[in-house]
Parts: sequence; C-alpha cells; structure tokens
Amino acid sequence: MINFKNIIVVTGHYGSGKTNISANLALKLAERGTVSIVDLDVVNAYFRTADFKELFADKQIKLIASKYANSSLDVPALSFDITGAVRSSDYTIIDVGGDDEGARALGRYRDFLPTQTYDMLYVVNKSRLNTQKPEEALELLRAIEAVSGLKCTGIVNNTHLCAETTAELIQASLPYAEEIAEKAGVPLLFTCGLDFPVEILVKKIWE
Amino acid sequence: MNKVLMKGNEACAEAAIRSGCKSYFGYPITPQNEITAYMSKALPKIDGGVFVQAESEIGAIHMVYGCAGSGVRCMTSSSSPGISLKAEGISYLAGADLPCVIVNIQRGGPGLGTIQPSQADYFQATKAIGHGDLKIPTLAPNSVQEMVDMTVKAFEIAEKYRTPVMILADGLLGQMMEPVSFGNIKNNAEVYPYGANGHGGKRKKNITNSLYLDALVLEKCVNERFERYTKIVEAETDAEFDKDADIVVAAYGSTSRVVKSAVEMARAEGINAGVFRPKTLWPFPEKQLKEATKNAKAVLVSEMSMGQMIDDVKMALEFKLPVEFYGRQGGFVPNPVEIFKKIKELGGKY
Repeated sequence: MINFKNIIVVTGHYGSGKTNISANLALKLAERGTVSIVDLDVVNAYFRTADFKELFADKQIKLIASKYANSSLDVPALSFDITGAVRSSDYTIIDVGGDDEGARALGRYRDFLPTQTYDMLYVVNKSRLNTQKPEEALELLRAIEAVSGLKCTGIVNNTHLCAETTAELIQASLPYAEEIAEKAGVPLLFTCGLDFPVEILVKKIWE
Repeated sequence: MNKVLMKGNEACAEAAIRSGCKSYFGYPITPQNEITAYMSKALPKIDGGVFVQAESEIGAIHMVYGCAGSGVRCMTSSSSPGISLKAEGISYLAGADLPCVIVNIQRGGPGLGTIQPSQADYFQATKAIGHGDLKIPTLAPNSVQEMVDMTVKAFEIAEKYRTPVMILADGLLGQMMEPVSFGNIKNNAEVYPYGANGHGGKRKKNITNSLYLDALVLEKCVNERFERYTKIVEAETDAEFDKDADIVVAAYGSTSRVVKSAVEMARAEGINAGVFRPKTLWPFPEKQLKEATKNAKAVLVSEMSMGQMIDDVKMALEFKLPVEFYGRQGGFVPNPVEIFKKIKELGGKY
C-alpha cells in the first residue's frame, strides 16, 4: 500500500464513499501501527463512521466522534479535539463530511495541519450524481480546498453503483479519474476494486 | 440508460423536476433536507422555476395552495413534525380540489421525536391528514428507484383526480443511496384549465374556494369528491405480493426490504413465508391482501411503529385470520433476524 503521511484527510462529494474508504484504510493501516479515526461529518446524520464503533474497538482503532454522532441532536457540533489523536497515534484518518459544506469543519484545523504534514484524498465516483463529469468533480474539489484551506494530495477513484457495480463499470471509469488527477495536478492514488481491494462496510440493514 | 447513484431525497426532487414541477415551497427539516436543498439549487436554473424557503411549514403549504390554485404543478416536502404543521393547508387543498404532491420523509415521534427513520405517521396520512371528510392518495416507495417512479405517478394521480397526493417514505429511504434511472419521464408543465390566473374577460371565472354558505351545495360537492375517491380505489390501488404463502408478512416502505430478507431466511429453513407489500396505503390494497392470504394460516405485520397499518390489515381480512405484530420505534429499523425469529414463532404456532 501507498506510504501515507501520519494524517490522512478524506474528502469528497456526498455519497462518493468517503466513510467506506476511511474505514478500510483504518483497518489496513492498523496492521502497520496505531490508528485513530475521526468522524468529522457534521452534515450527515445517517451512514457515518461512528456506525463502526464495535468493529474499530475490536481492531484497537481509536474512534473519535462528536458525542452527538448518531443521536437526535442534528447540530453541526464538534465536541472533540483531534490534536490529541494525532500525537498519540501513528496514523490519524479524518473522515470529512460531504462537499464543501462538510469540509468547512476542516477549516478549524488548518493552522494545526501545515502543508507536508498531511495527505488529503479526494474521493470520486463517476456514477454519483453531480460528479459524473471530470469538470464537475474538479469544481467541487476547488470548493472543498477553498473552504478547508487545505490542498488535495491525491485522487481516489471509488466509482461504484452499490450492489450493481461491475468490473466493466470500474474499468470504464479510469479515463475519468485520470483526467481529474491530471487537471488537479496530483496523482491518482488508487482505484477501489482494481488496485485497492475494499471491504463493503457501509451496508443497508437488509444486505 | 446509464444508472446514477442518488439519495432517495435527491431522486425524488429530480423526478419532480423532470415531470414538469417547476415550483417548490418548503422549510428545512431532517431527514428530508436534501429535497429542499436540491430544489433550491436546481429550480432557479430552470426557465420559470420558483423555489421559496417559506418562513414555516404552514407558510409553505399555503404557498402550494396559491400556486396550485393558479393552475401550476407544484410540490412541498417535510418530515413528520412539519407535516403536522401542514395539516390545515392540506385540508384546504382537498376542500378546493387542488392537485399537489406532498412528500413526508418520516422520522420518529411524537413531538420532535428523533431524526432517525420511523413509520409512525401511517394513521396521520391515511386516516387524519386534516379536518373534514377527506382522503389523500398515499404512495409508499421502498427503493430509491421507486422514489423516482412514485413521484412521477403522484403528479399524475394528483392532476387526474384533482387531489393532493402524499408520498409516505421514511428517513432511511430519503438518506440511503441506490442506483436509479430516469427513463422517459413525460414533462407535463402545462397550466391546468381550472387555474384562477386571470380570465381576461375571455372565459368563465375559475374560483378556488373551500367555504360554502349553502349546506346543499357543500353536500353535493363532498359527494362528488367521494365519487372521485371511488374511482381512485378502483384504478390506483396497488400492491406486490407472493402467492400461496402459509405465513404472510405485510410491510411497506423500508421495512418491506427488511421483511424480504427475513422471508428468504425463513424459506431457507423450509417455512412457506411470503411478503405482502402495499404500494398504496390509501387506498389500502384489500383485494390484493385477500388474494395473498388465500391459503395463509397467519399474518405478521411489521412496521417502524407500535402498529398502525395492522388495523387496515385486520379490517381487510375481516378478522378471519390471526394477525400478529413486530415493530421497532425510536428510530430503530428492525433487522432481518428479528423478523425471521417472529416468522419462525408464527410458523410453530399456527
């Protein structure tokens, strides 16, 4: 696997698969060292990193989430400090909320995250509404960078259609992901299901 | 047709726009915010598009009254507490025979309850959506694709029978993502002939009203409306179900997806279980339920509530079969294993 820096910020459009990728990265990096995962999603009340509390506890991964996560209090509250997590773990994964609305919360940590100390992944899904064209995905990336004050360091291609994902669909998305990476001036780090196996952790209750 | 990955809320909004709805009035509430947010971004880009975030749900539903009254296709959406606020306006819309689509992405209650999913507004939607003698057709999608298909259908029913129509979904359907396709949706943005939008001396006046000074006139008007309701029952009632099951499990919306998995588990253990899923809650598919339970020994109803649809099930069956219930509340979605255990219990008992 890629040599990540100690802080990995995972951004992207709503539903691009940030949470599933963050959880998979946490499980993989836990084989190399101590891992903390931060649920910084202040936008979404459903389907979030804090859902995997037990799985993370099982693998000694420290979950840091707002005490209001998965409660009925839908206020955009950050009730924790990630600096402690960064000091005490080899890797800290920060799962950010969708779009620039979600990435706004990152702004609070911009002074704490000087360039060169973090990787910021931008997750793209060619099948997801509003990011189906490279231009759309790039426009959103620029908005995320603007509000967070952080710079993207790599693209993650997570093109999928949930249970209807096919090998052809993933293969056909490569030119799309490569174009985004090229225009953003950063590498295409990996394509899920192709050169990065992912376990589907974010599931519907009947699946 | 290429499929696209969408949240149920987004899919509902996009389907409405594609079917010719250019006017939306609403007020934010979780877990339906994506509908309002989507409309706020999309409608201003459309020629003649109108998006208004009203000062409250009460304001929004009365803007719908005004818009529909002028003959223009329109919609509103909310979640449980917001629908309660809209109740007065819905009664007025029904009283004035105005078509519109109202989406309820249900959350737990009563009161502010929780932002997590629920199905506790079944009684409200099907029995008491507003004061007065009225019904509103209520559609119950169980997938993101059906959030598209039923939104299109809702506008068709609303305009054909001149009635408000409700889409009764839940937080899970609104928030979850699935692949959808939009196919060929007919864009129907024409202005209705009965709109009170200025006759210009060229035609008879159109009057939008629900107040009647003469009892005879009001009675005639209500009777005529109920004749239309009879036609809705005949033509629009819809359900899907397995035939010849011993244990029939009735559920709608998200819960029907869980039930499907539970029924598959039961069949794997040799229990002849089947799913009965109403796609319309009013009218409730009585004939279809009788057909589905022709050889059944018992019926299990599963809902994210303390049991509301169960009453319609018992009445449709004329209390001839044992009917039991399994539900979760507080924002919990029952899991397939819980329902499977209950099916197994019924299988042993009956």
